[in-house]
Amino acid sequence: MNTLILTSIEQGLIFSVLAIGVTITFKILDFADMSVEGTFPFGAFLFAKLISGGFSPLISTLLSFTFGTLAGLLTYTLNIKLRIKALLSGILTATMLYTINLRLNGKSNMGLFSYPSIYEGHEPVIVLILIILAVKMLMDAFLKTEVGYLLIATGDNETLVKSLGEDSNKYKLIGLMISNGLVALSGALMAQYQGFAEITMGTGIIVVGIASIIVGDTILRRNKLLKATTRAIMGALIYKFIGALAIDLGLAPTDLKAINAIIVIIFLTYNTFNPLKIKKADEYKVVEEAKC
Amino acid sequence: MLNIINLTKTFNPGTSYELRIFNDFNLHINKGECTGILGANGCGKTTLFNIISGVLRQEKGTVSLNGKIIDNLKENERARFIGRVHQNPSAGVSPSLTILENISLSDKKCQKFTLRKLINKQKIESYREILKTLDLGLENKLNTEVKYLSGGQRQSLSLLMATMNKPELLLLDEHTAALDPKTSRLVMEKTQELIKSYNITTMMISHNVRDAVKYSDRIIMLDKGEIILDVRSGQITEKELLNIYNSRNYGSPLQEAV
Repeated sequence: MNTLILTSIEQGLIFSVLAIGVTITFKILDFADMSVEGTFPFGAFLFAKLISGGFSPLISTLLSFTFGTLAGLLTYTLNIKLRIKALLSGILTATMLYTINLRLNGKSNMGLFSYPSIYEGHEPVIVLILIILAVKMLMDAFLKTEVGYLLIATGDNETLVKSLGEDSNKYKLIGLMISNGLVALSGALMAQYQGFAEITMGTGIIVVGIASIIVGDTILRRNKLLKATTRAIMGALIYKFIGALAIDLGLAPTDLKAINAIIVIIFLTYNTFNPLKIKKADEYKVVEEAKC
Repeated sequence: MLNIINLTKTFNPGTSYELRIFNDFNLHINKGECTGILGANGCGKTTLFNIISGVLRQEKGTVSLNGKIIDNLKENERARFIGRVHQNPSAGVSPSLTILENISLSDKKCQKFTLRKLINKQKIESYREILKTLDLGLENKLNTEVKYLSGGQRQSLSLLMATMNKPELLLLDEHTAALDPKTSRLVMEKTQELIKSYNITTMMISHNVRDAVKYSDRIIMLDKGEIILDVRSGQITEKELLNIYNSRNYGSPLQEAV
């Protein structure tokens, strides 16, 4: 049980970097960026390439973020410059990244046990908490700057951004690049954590990101002071934790995907559930019965 | 001030839906004047505004502002000297940001946006003062998200934000059409105050003949992309304008306003 809780916290922390990245595109920019499916393993394979090339684990991780931003640049180019719809642009980027990921190391599965990792010599959970705190604080600070607010305004109302004399596309580019960088960083952290990079590790990853946002938005939804980044982190942790709990209760690991989907369904239903409506219907029933 | 020469604009050129909305259209707007623009739907009022503010490009003709040709400037580059208030109260604000954040953004309008903090605590008092002039109690709601404001409050805020950097030309695109009669009058009066105190040249689209006569210095009526009436507002009465409206079968917009 204890190791299970620890594992789910550690994985939740890794996925919260992804969730913050997805928050920028899906929630702040209102841009359904599907490239995440390719960017997550891209980060893992980039890390594998760099670490096997002799770079230190820290440099490799940071460079995975840097190169990951290029995926955002690609999606931006497809969407804004070539005028392909946002959803399709992301899917095309993810498809292209599939090949790039395979080409990067020449194989679809690469073990990393023989290389050093940033967790070495420390408790992984401590390292991860430090990384997530750094990401969260940087992100919060960025969203309070002039550029950060324009990023929010771009997702809200592009006409306003243009009327402020700014090119709203510039802010889409900034958002997409940061988002994809964070997702790649999350992939690099995951590869080091599990000890291998694998081509299928991105499959369905967008669901994890969106689920984290939904769960994070549902809990304490009346609390206005909770920042979007905090919600994303809490969402990722809770989402991962419920899944782990289900397995601990005796469900097979093969059931995990179905459990994950059910978690999302429960949280979505809870959001649209209106107790007042039910109450009204009940009162109605009482009146109807009285009439009889 | 604003000079439009030989403007030609066609929608969907080369298709069976081709629609030539302007053909060698000319218009000159004088500095410091408020020009009311009337006309039925589809006569080209909004298209004219879209061309002036750079949302649409014309095929032929030039638009110049204070002697400078602005044809090659993008929409966001023209924002430096052209302000615009839309019919939809949400179009001029960022709904998920607070009043303070919206005002702070528009205060930085056309300056360089950097990685410095947006909210400047020293400026909050001056923003409060500006909001006080609106008389809507917004100065006490600085931290309220704009999406929780009413349409009238939002439109007043948009107006304030559009005029904050004192643009050379202000385009009002039926900016009171979505508001109830009372709020619409309040916003209209606020508009006049702002225009007069900053001496902004204004073009105002309106379907309300009474407003047009009352608030503009000059009235232009468009029909199928042509100017069919161009008078000083003192030279024409509400009734005469209405007669023109009726004779052209636009219906009488005043009946609903009364």
